[in-house]
Amino acid sequence: MEIPYTVEARPDTGLYNAKVGIWLFLASEVMLFGGLFSAFVLLRVGAEPGTWPHGWQNVTLGTINTVVLALSAITTLMAWVACKVREFGKFKFFHACTLLLALTFLCVKMVEYHEHLNHYEIKLKDGQIADGDMVENNKDADHVVIKGRYVKSEMELYDLRAQKDIPESEITIPRAQIDDMQSYGPWHNNYLALYFTLTGLHALHILGGSIVIGYLWGPGRKLWKKDPERFTNRVEVSGLFWHFVDLVWIFLFPVLYLT
Amino acid sequence: MSELKTAKQHNAPLMGESELHDHPVDFNSYLRRCGAVLLVVFIAVGFMIWTSFLPNIGWTLKICIILGIAACNAFVVAGFLMHLLSERKMVYTILGFTVSFVIGLFGLTIWAMNDFPKGTIIH
Repeated sequence: MEIPYTVEARPDTGLYNAKVGIWLFLASEVMLFGGLFSAFVLLRVGAEPGTWPHGWQNVTLGTINTVVLALSAITTLMAWVACKVREFGKFKFFHACTLLLALTFLCVKMVEYHEHLNHYEIKLKDGQIADGDMVENNKDADHVVIKGRYVKSEMELYDLRAQKDIPESEITIPRAQIDDMQSYGPWHNNYLALYFTLTGLHALHILGGSIVIGYLWGPGRKLWKKDPERFTNRVEVSGLFWHFVDLVWIFLFPVLYLT
Repeated sequence: MSELKTAKQHNAPLMGESELHDHPVDFNSYLRRCGAVLLVVFIAVGFMIWTSFLPNIGWTLKICIILGIAACNAFVVAGFLMHLLSERKMVYTILGFTVSFVIGLFGLTIWAMNDFPKGTIIH
């Protein structure tokens, strides 16, 4: 039995079935990210003045990822156009570019995560706070070494944009002086919890999209010989998902990196 | 039937028929359109970053400007790359429902923000 409306449009919807399916799926995705964005708004608006972090993200890396994702959106669309004009060689080229760009995005994201997880806030018993990148944290050693600075209160750490040229030096801290030590992971505060949740979920979508695109570029391409129009529709549907992922990033970047 | 379809499609002209737009797809014109979209996106991103570093502007105004630019950026991507400017009624209906639900989601959250149960102690 042949699956109906994989190529031709259904008379009542005017679309082939997979396209209706992807739009319904994207609607559910909008609700998923919408819920998380509303959580962000709630916590951002409810934060005490001066306690919401600014300048905690590496804007350069965020911008690189924005450019990478914008380029991948273009290559995805061009891969579909190549299928439409029956140029399979161009399709392979553009989809390979999309895959490479997706991998680049994920690599940059990993670098960012590493930066956060290697950055520590160390509360000392005398009330001071040492903040910086971990250099040495040997469990057997009686001290830790960070590259950073001392501050008197946590408030000094929130708005890094306002503090230009922060002097940093290598600081050795005896473990006996440490009251509490925490990296800038999702457990650190609300902002970082939202940052890791939103960007982690987004990165999972990038990974999922890459698997689908990789399948169409690799084993899935057999369909091209049998039914090119159906294959083109599959490329279009995967492209719509990819553009949605790009759209989410268009809002994530300013919300998390710039505001 | 499947064979007939395949044979027909293998003989398809270089300018394929798009079901979406009901007019031919031209590779070069798409490439030019994509270049233009990319340029707009890059300019918008640059403008957002520039705005975020502007001194003497409060965060509220900055956030409004930046999110306004992001919304324009999203319109360009959704309109041209996802073809939302020339879609079928069915897609607009789905999106209409989604948007109303999202507005409700945001609205209810913000509306209930200060609606604490009786006896709540705030530290």
